[in-house]
Amino acid sequence: MGEILLPLLILSPLAASEILFISAGRISARAVGTVACAGVGLSAVISIVLSVLLLSGPATGLLQATLWPWMHIAGFSADIAFMLDRISMVMILVVTIVGLLIHIYAASYMRDDPGVARFFGCMTLFVASMLVLVLASDLLCLFIGWEGVGLCSYLLIGFWYDNPVNTAAARKAFYMTRMGDTAFLCGLLLLATAVGSLHIDTVLAAVTNGQIAPSALNMAALFILIGALAKSAQIPFQTWLPDAMAGPTPTSALIHAATMVTAGVYLIARLHDLFAQAAPVMALTAVLGALTILMGACTALVQSDLKRILAWSTISQLGYMFLALGCGVWQAALFHLMTHAFFKALLFLTAGAIIVRTHHEQDIFRLGGLRHTMPGLTAAFVTGASALAGLPLVTAGFYSKEMILSGVWPAHFRLTHELTLNGHFLWGMALLGAFLTALYIFRCVFIVFFGKSGTTTRGQTSRLMTIPLGCLCVLSLCGGIIEMPTTFPPLHLFSALLDPAASHSHADEPGWLVLAGAVVPLAGLAVAWVLWGRPSPVMREMPGQAVVIRFARTGEGIDMLYDRLFVQPFRFLTWLTRHDILDYIITGTGRLTRTASTSVLRARTDFLGTLTLWGTSGIRETDRLLGQIQNGRVRWYAAWIAGGLSAGLAMAMLS
Amino acid sequence: MNPLPALVLLPFIGGGLAWLAERIQPAPSSPSRNASWWAMLATLIVETLLLAWITFSHPTSHTGPWLEHFSMPWVPTMGIAIRLDMDGLSLSLIWLSLILCFLCACLATRQATVKAGTFHFLFLTTLTGIIGTFLATDLFLFFFFWELMLVPMFVLIAVWGHEDRQRAALKFFMFTQGSGLLMLLSILGLVITHDRETGVLTFDYFTLAQTHLSPTLSMLLMLGFFIAFAVKLPIVPAHVWLPNAHTQAPTAASVLLAGILLKTGGYGMIRFNVMLFPDAAMYFAPVAMGLGVVGVLYGAWLSCAQEDIKRLIAYSSISHMGFVVLGIFTGSRMGMQGAIIQMLAHGLSAGSLFLIAGAIQDRLHTRDMHRIGGLWTAMPRLSATGLFFAVASLGMPGLGNFAGEFLVLLATWQVSPIIATVTTVGLVLAAIYALRMVNRVFLAARREGQPPLKDLSVPQMAAFACAMIFLIVLGLHPQPFMTFSAPSPLSVMTTNSLGGHVP
Repeated sequence: MGEILLPLLILSPLAASEILFISAGRISARAVGTVACAGVGLSAVISIVLSVLLLSGPATGLLQATLWPWMHIAGFSADIAFMLDRISMVMILVVTIVGLLIHIYAASYMRDDPGVARFFGCMTLFVASMLVLVLASDLLCLFIGWEGVGLCSYLLIGFWYDNPVNTAAARKAFYMTRMGDTAFLCGLLLLATAVGSLHIDTVLAAVTNGQIAPSALNMAALFILIGALAKSAQIPFQTWLPDAMAGPTPTSALIHAATMVTAGVYLIARLHDLFAQAAPVMALTAVLGALTILMGACTALVQSDLKRILAWSTISQLGYMFLALGCGVWQAALFHLMTHAFFKALLFLTAGAIIVRTHHEQDIFRLGGLRHTMPGLTAAFVTGASALAGLPLVTAGFYSKEMILSGVWPAHFRLTHELTLNGHFLWGMALLGAFLTALYIFRCVFIVFFGKSGTTTRGQTSRLMTIPLGCLCVLSLCGGIIEMPTTFPPLHLFSALLDPAASHSHADEPGWLVLAGAVVPLAGLAVAWVLWGRPSPVMREMPGQAVVIRFARTGEGIDMLYDRLFVQPFRFLTWLTRHDILDYIITGTGRLTRTASTSVLRARTDFLGTLTLWGTSGIRETDRLLGQIQNGRVRWYAAWIAGGLSAGLAMAMLS
Repeated sequence: MNPLPALVLLPFIGGGLAWLAERIQPAPSSPSRNASWWAMLATLIVETLLLAWITFSHPTSHTGPWLEHFSMPWVPTMGIAIRLDMDGLSLSLIWLSLILCFLCACLATRQATVKAGTFHFLFLTTLTGIIGTFLATDLFLFFFFWELMLVPMFVLIAVWGHEDRQRAALKFFMFTQGSGLLMLLSILGLVITHDRETGVLTFDYFTLAQTHLSPTLSMLLMLGFFIAFAVKLPIVPAHVWLPNAHTQAPTAASVLLAGILLKTGGYGMIRFNVMLFPDAAMYFAPVAMGLGVVGVLYGAWLSCAQEDIKRLIAYSSISHMGFVVLGIFTGSRMGMQGAIIQMLAHGLSAGSLFLIAGAIQDRLHTRDMHRIGGLWTAMPRLSATGLFFAVASLGMPGLGNFAGEFLVLLATWQVSPIIATVTTVGLVLAAIYALRMVNRVFLAARREGQPPLKDLSVPQMAAFACAMIFLIVLGLHPQPFMTFSAPSPLSVMTTNSLGGHVP
């Protein structure tokens, strides 16, 4: 059963994509939306069936489908093979169900765009690539999906190609992720050389058997981490994601919030056995994650573009996942990945609906008072914001963030014999991040929905768009109760699902940890209310003049730094060497030879010419002189004869 | 009857017919003015049928490594004979040649209206030279075909090329001819050494493979071959003829150059450098691999700065051929198979990109990316095709180029991880040049005052679709190609068993 359904799961969006590309321009926008939704919907149904099949089997069971050998040669083999286990089950459910909701929304959102077929072709192709990524049981096969989603992301960010800014953002996203991809490829090459296969099970078995030298293992983990960081827009690759908001909003929701950017998290969770053996890399992951949380949250706090706030928020939330991965609690990372997909998709889709109804106004300071004109969207956005902030008990975000926080507290990194890194410090950073998260998102809520009304609004959000929003609202509120903190009723469905063997009690964690995690978001909400929410807000806007703020607004100035450090020198150097230097040298040598030979030739002809000239003129002169003797006068002749005779006689006589 | 001589001679005869067809029907307005084109198409079809017959008359579970053999004395006193042999490598490269010729026939050669008959005659003669090069196992005959493909190509560039064609053609001719002479010297050196050693004067590849050479002499002779192939492939310091020739050549000739002519260099390296002089090649490998890496990076780097679309593709070809050199000289079977896959995939992707560039030039009369502007609005089909092949050439996994590059990199990593890591920088540069082209030419705002443009027709799209499918198959299921196109191992140890392989 699984052998048929697994390929079909991928094939169905792929087929939809092919149909859309081939029939582009010949079918109506409505038909385009229907085909796309049908393709993704079919795969959603299949993924639910597959999940049921998987869960009804034994706890460690998996469904496998090896389609065909990719390359088998001496020393290396790879297959096109898919595998469904519990980690990938979570992922396919998220990808197909959230994907389906976003497709339904987009069918209405993109209805009037002339390039709607291209849009949905890329979207369904994206879903197919993402499914390849999460289902692949061979790392090389995973790499197909890994690059495929990058390509779709590029095509969709630059979807409105008429504006060069959009295509530049698209290229930036692709280049930055491509750098990570090549690092990932290096990691794959290293593992393939060491193990002889890239089948995930084989690789992990080799790792646990100690087949790979520790240095090589660390190196491989580092390479893979770089790939994951680039894909998930973590420090130092974070700059591409905010620019990626140039794409249509459903794209931002699907690719740049819910699924593609979490691919890095998925990859590390999938290879968690490998990373567990590479302690320094784990520590690096955790530290970078914690730093990204704070940096993303701080930057989100000073943005004024609605979508950019959400983008920086995504970066920050992905930081939580990397922190969890670094601390070894990959279950928590996956749990947060799931809830984040729900509430961030909700936030993006709501933002998209707002933007459409306010004549494409994205500046939060020009919006305002929207709760009067669009109460439904306000409710949806507030739901998403609460889940993002992690308001205690009622939202999904609370439970997943709590799971991460409780996992980070006991973490302990032994880097060298003397140097150890304690998890408490990272926990503090994450908690501060939680406070900032509540602060920035409720800043956004208060400015956009409360206060004086800023812009005129128009129209009504269509039914087709409200249904996905409603579903996502429910998921963002209730999606978290499957996993409770230890102090609560012992409900550990999610971790039991992922790791049935492990015990699920964090017995050694103090009770006030949960309390701290619950209070901090509320504190953030309160501060936000004081600063921006009250009828006479303390701060309508952060003092925009301060250099720090302006610096932070453009992405911490790192964008500029990269521009100066890498982009400009690269452009300059390529411009400088745009003409082939070697070509110049070689053709220059040729030209020199030609010049030399022509000058030699000329010199030779000149010399000969002069010589001949002299010769001829000399002869001519002599000729003329001799000619003058023949002047026809007998007296002269007689004189010449007489003179000649006397001269001859004189010579005869004297010699 | 042996099909190999027919395979070689058929395009030449067909070319002659095409030439005659134009002589007979000179009226410019008559409907049969494309008579020479039809003659060429018919030739290609017959040739393909013949090749298909050869391919399928030998089931893949073949008995020996060599599929076909043909031998006929030519100049017996000198030991020169017409010896043609076919193995999987030559067969797959000939298939690539024919597919690209079909693409050219569908998309490009019809545009050559001036002296169309001569054009087709020269085109098919080049094809004869190429097929002969892939089949010849007599060194003299090999040299003959090697030179044969050169001359018609020179004329094609010099007569039907673009603005700076004379210079480009001359450069092309000088470089390839000059290096060919070195190869001739090497061939003669090898033959004379063999004659001195055994007293048998022969140009037979298999016999010569058994010659015992001193290391110095072996290295010298190998270098002679290597330089000839390095110029053709090209390897970086010897690449300077390529950008000009590719840019100035008419579309069909560009496709032939990039798609197949470069591959003769790679083929020669596998067949002659590595197999005739295995020790010298192994000794020389570090230098060759270094040159390969330089080629990958240098080509990609320069490609990033080009404004002329054909020049951009030309430099990207140099980059891709760097991978081929790298793969061949890793000394492992994996690297060689990677190089072969890379050659096949590059032939399809670069060939198709040149066809697209040619189609754009036919419509807009410019190759400058600034002046082309965005084409997606006006020509979605052409642009989508261009996007596909650009993405293929940047090495998207799932398409042929990635399969080749991955195998080459893996083989390189086993030799030296540092070299492999440095080479991967080329992949980032590949993304930069490919997407730069896409965002200048295809996915960009329409330029003001763009004339109304005609998109590709359905048959033309079908032709491109074939190339796309081949690339996808090559990328997702390269295994059959890898087993099929492996060069027959005929280093010295297997030659004895091959001695009696006459059918």
